[in-house]
Amino acid sequence: MSVIDAGIRPDGARDARETDATVGKPFLEKKVTLRARNVNVFYGEKQALFDVSIDIGKHEVTAFIGPSGCGKSTFLRCFNRMNDTIDSCRVRGEILLDDEDIHDPKMDVVPLRARVGMVFQKPNPFPKSIYENIAYGPRLHGLVSGKSELDALVEKSLSRAGLWNEVKERLDEPGTGLSGGQQQRLCIARAIAINPEVILMDEPCSALDPIATARVEELIDELRRKYTIVMVTHSMQQAARVSQRTAYFHLGRLIEVDKTDRIFTNPSHELTEAYITGRFG
Amino acid sequence: MTKRSDIRAAVERGLSRRRRRDRLVRRLGLGAILLGLGFLAFMFFSIIGMGYSAFWQTRIQLPVELDPAAIDPERTHDPAVLRNADYAGLIKQALRKRFPQIKKRKEKRKLYQLVSSGAAYALQAMVLQNPALIGSTPGLWLTANDDVDVWFKHPETSGKRLNDQQKAWLEELHAKGELKKFFNLDFFRNGDSREPEQAGILGALMGSFYTILVTLGLSLPLGIAAAVYLEEFAPKNRWTDFIEVNINNLAAVPSIVFGLLGLAVFINFFGLPRSAPLVGGLVLTLMTLPTIIIASRAALKSVPPSIREAALGVGASRMQTLFHHVLPLAMPGMLTGTIIGMAQALGETAPLLMIGMVAFIVDVPRGILDPATVLPVQIHLWADSPERAFLEKTAAAIMVLLAFLVLMNLAAIWLRRKFEKRW
Repeated sequence: MSVIDAGIRPDGARDARETDATVGKPFLEKKVTLRARNVNVFYGEKQALFDVSIDIGKHEVTAFIGPSGCGKSTFLRCFNRMNDTIDSCRVRGEILLDDEDIHDPKMDVVPLRARVGMVFQKPNPFPKSIYENIAYGPRLHGLVSGKSELDALVEKSLSRAGLWNEVKERLDEPGTGLSGGQQQRLCIARAIAINPEVILMDEPCSALDPIATARVEELIDELRRKYTIVMVTHSMQQAARVSQRTAYFHLGRLIEVDKTDRIFTNPSHELTEAYITGRFG
Repeated sequence: MTKRSDIRAAVERGLSRRRRRDRLVRRLGLGAILLGLGFLAFMFFSIIGMGYSAFWQTRIQLPVELDPAAIDPERTHDPAVLRNADYAGLIKQALRKRFPQIKKRKEKRKLYQLVSSGAAYALQAMVLQNPALIGSTPGLWLTANDDVDVWFKHPETSGKRLNDQQKAWLEELHAKGELKKFFNLDFFRNGDSREPEQAGILGALMGSFYTILVTLGLSLPLGIAAAVYLEEFAPKNRWTDFIEVNINNLAAVPSIVFGLLGLAVFINFFGLPRSAPLVGGLVLTLMTLPTIIIASRAALKSVPPSIREAALGVGASRMQTLFHHVLPLAMPGMLTGTIIGMAQALGETAPLLMIGMVAFIVDVPRGILDPATVLPVQIHLWADSPERAFLEKTAAAIMVLLAFLVLMNLAAIWLRRKFEKRW
């Protein structure tokens, strides 16, 4: 314990902040979908994120790992401005989606969330039919005209989420009647039905059993070809299995970002090493 | 450390006492429920036992000669002339013909008392509707007076208001099948009356209907809008806290205070008509609003936040999230709250007394501005009346009120089921 404490704050919190530049390779030269620069997030008086800067690469899976309360979910929710729904939450700094500032007053959250989809920790299908769950988004944004086009889109989305064969006979049954793993894949299908550029996943497998988890992980790996994926996970094995880049957060700071295999085999920061070797978390 | 056997023995000792307490609590609960059910059954039996006879009406058959000379001597067929004819006289004449042996003036008067004064109006209405009847002598079933009605229904316990001679005439009529009970359609067709045999529930029923209509039409949209604003949009600050505390306090204000408020504001200040369902509905709206707002807010709160997040996550705006997902899910709870509020409003008496809905009103109201009374006030009025015949009317009116409350609850259950099925 004492070793780790010393690792977190070698000379007390104040000094740690000054020396806390992110190590590894937070920035990319090309194929960048999202750029975050100096993002600070406050819940009321309490600061949850300190000067986080990172690039998210196109068509790859970026995993955010770190101990509970380190701010990784908070940071993920900055990308589609989901934090706007929390009254006391303020976000400072710059986040660019394809070089557009998402906090620009001209940027509306509705089209933003159509471009940056989200899958939540607990599967949360609408208490409507499976079909309606998928059709809701496209209908909302007017992406389809006519019933046959919508039918095709529903089939395509469910197929891509690997759920079509399991549910094609019962599209009008409630989505809440599916198993946990199926519900989560339904939520993924719902997110991809509006064809976003980025999919944010907030611990998508934490409520699922190992078999369902394996299916969702496979799915994430397939989806990478068409979408940029940012996921928060508590499972380091999962991060190692599905992500290409991994970012390690600690107490509201982004400690280290690098290629996943490098993070897990040869981390540069002692905190990262302490975490992935299981000394705390 | 205590030995295991000691611990087990201690647990065994305490066990029988625990079981005894379990049984006691269970029996107390069961006893409370049985007591409640017993009172409920007693109430239903006494009300139905007292009120069922109000749904029957005693009638006397008489051949009434519709003499053209008395009704329309000049054959004008003018409704004004027909309306002014002496129908009571025709009925008296028919009674004299039926009992030709009665000669004395005093006895004749006793004879005339057997038939309700309302029979003349019924006859007038009949002739006005079908003037071709003039000249014929139809055998009509005329409504009997309330004393006759009560005596005929309960011969053992009543009849003090009839003398032996009258009873003898009635026995004679009964023996010949000219005195019979019919289903009392008039009870559902008439407004209030001083004469029990003519008094009906329709006026109060329509009054209640218009009042509840106004209440529902105002309090449902207002209540839901207020709940949605407070729950979804209002910033959490001192003002909204203040509003919330006041709404909760309003729910506990005695209803008669709302009546006073209605009298001062709607009648004295805005000059709205007295005794009108409009004012009654406004007052009851004030009374039921807190109930609806509190129930609706609870329903909105119970919608899981994950559903809101899901909708926002696919790019729905706040409005779309609210109208597509949150409101439909909260609707069953909101409707339940509304129906509870409406049931409360339907049974409310005190505030309506303050705004004059306690007046004696014979006409059936035809709109929200006509003077009217409502079911519970009608019950109150009839319960106050001295005539024995109003006893059964009171009980029958309670039955009608209870029937409507049951219907409303069934409607609530049906609506809830229907909404839940959709999701």
